[in-house]
Amino acid sequence: MTSSENMAARQPRVGLFATCLVDLFRPSVGFASAKLLQDAGCEVHVPVAQTCCGQPAYNTGDRADTREIAEQVIEAFEGFDFVVAPSGSCASMLKKHYPGLFAGDAAWEERAERFSQKCHELISFLTDVMMVRDTGASLDAKITYHDSCSGLRELGIKEQPRKLLAKVSGLELQEMKDSDVCCGFGGTFCIKYSDISNAIVTKKVGNIDASGADMLLAGDVGCLMNMAGKLKRQGSSVEVRHIAEVLAGMTSQPPIAGSGK
Amino acid sequence: MELAAKHFKASAAKALVDVQLQKALGNVEKGFIGKRQKAADALPEFDALRDNARDIKNHVLAHLDLYLEEYERNVIASGGTVHWAETAEDARRIVLDICQKAGARTVTKGKSMITEEIALNDHLSANGIEPVETDLGEYIIQLRGEYPSHIIAPAVHLNKEQVEGDFRRVHTHLPEGRDLSEPVALLGEARDVLRQRYFAADVGITGANFLIAETGTSVIVTNEGNGDLTQTLGKVHVVVASIEKIVPTLEDTSQILRVLARSATGQDMSVYTTFSTGPKRTEDPDGPDQYHVVLLDNGRSAMLGTEYQDMLRCIRCGACMNHCPVYHAVGGHAYGSVYPGPMGAVLTPSLNGIEETGQLPNASTFCGRCEAVCPMRIPLPKMMRHWREREFERNLTPLTARYGLKFWAFFAKRPKLYRLAVSFGVPLLSLFGGSSRRFHSLPFARGWTRHRDLPAPEGRTFLQAWAQREALKQEPGQ
Repeated sequence: MTSSENMAARQPRVGLFATCLVDLFRPSVGFASAKLLQDAGCEVHVPVAQTCCGQPAYNTGDRADTREIAEQVIEAFEGFDFVVAPSGSCASMLKKHYPGLFAGDAAWEERAERFSQKCHELISFLTDVMMVRDTGASLDAKITYHDSCSGLRELGIKEQPRKLLAKVSGLELQEMKDSDVCCGFGGTFCIKYSDISNAIVTKKVGNIDASGADMLLAGDVGCLMNMAGKLKRQGSSVEVRHIAEVLAGMTSQPPIAGSGK
Repeated sequence: MELAAKHFKASAAKALVDVQLQKALGNVEKGFIGKRQKAADALPEFDALRDNARDIKNHVLAHLDLYLEEYERNVIASGGTVHWAETAEDARRIVLDICQKAGARTVTKGKSMITEEIALNDHLSANGIEPVETDLGEYIIQLRGEYPSHIIAPAVHLNKEQVEGDFRRVHTHLPEGRDLSEPVALLGEARDVLRQRYFAADVGITGANFLIAETGTSVIVTNEGNGDLTQTLGKVHVVVASIEKIVPTLEDTSQILRVLARSATGQDMSVYTTFSTGPKRTEDPDGPDQYHVVLLDNGRSAMLGTEYQDMLRCIRCGACMNHCPVYHAVGGHAYGSVYPGPMGAVLTPSLNGIEETGQLPNASTFCGRCEAVCPMRIPLPKMMRHWREREFERNLTPLTARYGLKFWAFFAKRPKLYRLAVSFGVPLLSLFGGSSRRFHSLPFARGWTRHRDLPAPEGRTFLQAWAQREALKQEPGQ
């Protein structure tokens, strides 16, 4: 049997890279991701040897630590058919940035290259690889969607979430102005340049409010925590959730920000 | 200007509360982004042209020495003179010398970022020669004693009321009742004043958008026609340009021109695109008697063969800063360098060293919008990251960031220890979040909580909760 026949004969084995923020702050996104993957016909595994994708080190210029973390992630996940993360930013780190960390080390470079082929962001994995057209969820809400930068510009994720959201019964998408403009999170940026980050997220939150939506969705918990934190500080009632929660029909957990205050 | 990049944070903080500036910065978003998009959408081959433009410059950079020599030969063949300037100081000395030999008392100047880079105006003034900026934006900031806040719109940080005030202050001949409330009236007034300066000037100094190797031609693009008057009315035309402006042929020039104005202002072409080859020939009705080109290196050749070489493809369209959320928030002056925004965050450390300029490549969210719109497809975020790497290697990264990172990395690299730490820490933090499930203020996360609440963790970590769920599934009868 060839490997593709082998794959067709059984469920694809997916390693769920939860991401550190989902792991620490928002486990519901992890469970929603697992449900979406299982519903799509995947066998989901959550390796315990995962911590973080390494972006804090990578974007601070610390190549040595980044590489060590990357090796650890590759070792823990390369045995799966696919590696899926509910974050465009972390998925892009695994997919687009890992191979470059090993430049000059042919063996590891090739290994990282092979690994990167298996890596996907959750929503685009569902639509583009598992050919999911409808997750069967329903939610009465007027939502607006923020395009997180790495997912949008490094992985080309724009239509995929909107296609799936369009199938959620009762849900209405109300596009905000500049949905593709950064929210000001930027990982450590929002701590290092707190005031500038604040100016950027203030503009973003203004656009969210002006959209008239009562729920904000996005595909990255980092951006969501930033926008949620600002919305909450401003006393807004807009609910904030990861798109996976809505697509999986798992909205019983109080939102990251919003009505539950 | 004096390099003030190390004060970026303080300057940014001031910029964020500057009401006038914030109002003016709104024009950057409104004025450039939609127009560029429209121009790009209207040209089906726009992205293919960007690839071509990138390839042309990559080819030049791989053979820069050959093309520079070809260019020099052709300038000389057309009667011009080429001066090689390794440093800014060399370039200043050469230009002053040309001006002094021409007996110049005033020089007119077309808009040129290179002359800003070498601080030419101050040098000429200090030596008794008055430089007169003729681009409207440059003219305005010269009146104010400022430097450009944007590479193609130098006065974009100002509002028209401020400009009117400057004109009334300096143009003392203005009658009180003269209406200057509209931009077109300001333009007319500047034009009247500048017209006389063109005729009086002995030397005209311009930059160059392109230097064409096969013909020895320099090219400038402007929207006001001031460059043409600058370079044709004086007895002497001096072009000051950096070495990476070279393109092999006229055909290459026209390829890149097709992406330049579209990326910059959303125009198909700038209003004026002017090609200058040598001084006035006997059959020419007008033109300068002398044509000089000062070729400036100032650190660029040292970028060749490094991870910053791609930066030398830059054609100074300004699209990166026009689309940058950080630039939108703080404006160009906060960067404290001649070149602001994303291109400046890469170029300034290349030209001035990372020691004093580390703030610039760090002040980016890596949102990638700059790279997405760059007509030359320069990987700006990647190069900013490379600067952070150079900083980190040399222990220039601020200590708090460094220690914080090392502490985090210690755990991130040890999954078992990490699990142990977060399985206690996270539920505890969740508990502290209380019924509001958020933190209004946290001592170790002030950078965050100063401006926004921190959502509290839900409870246990995902991995804890998942492991428990899986364990329950394993046990029959549960």
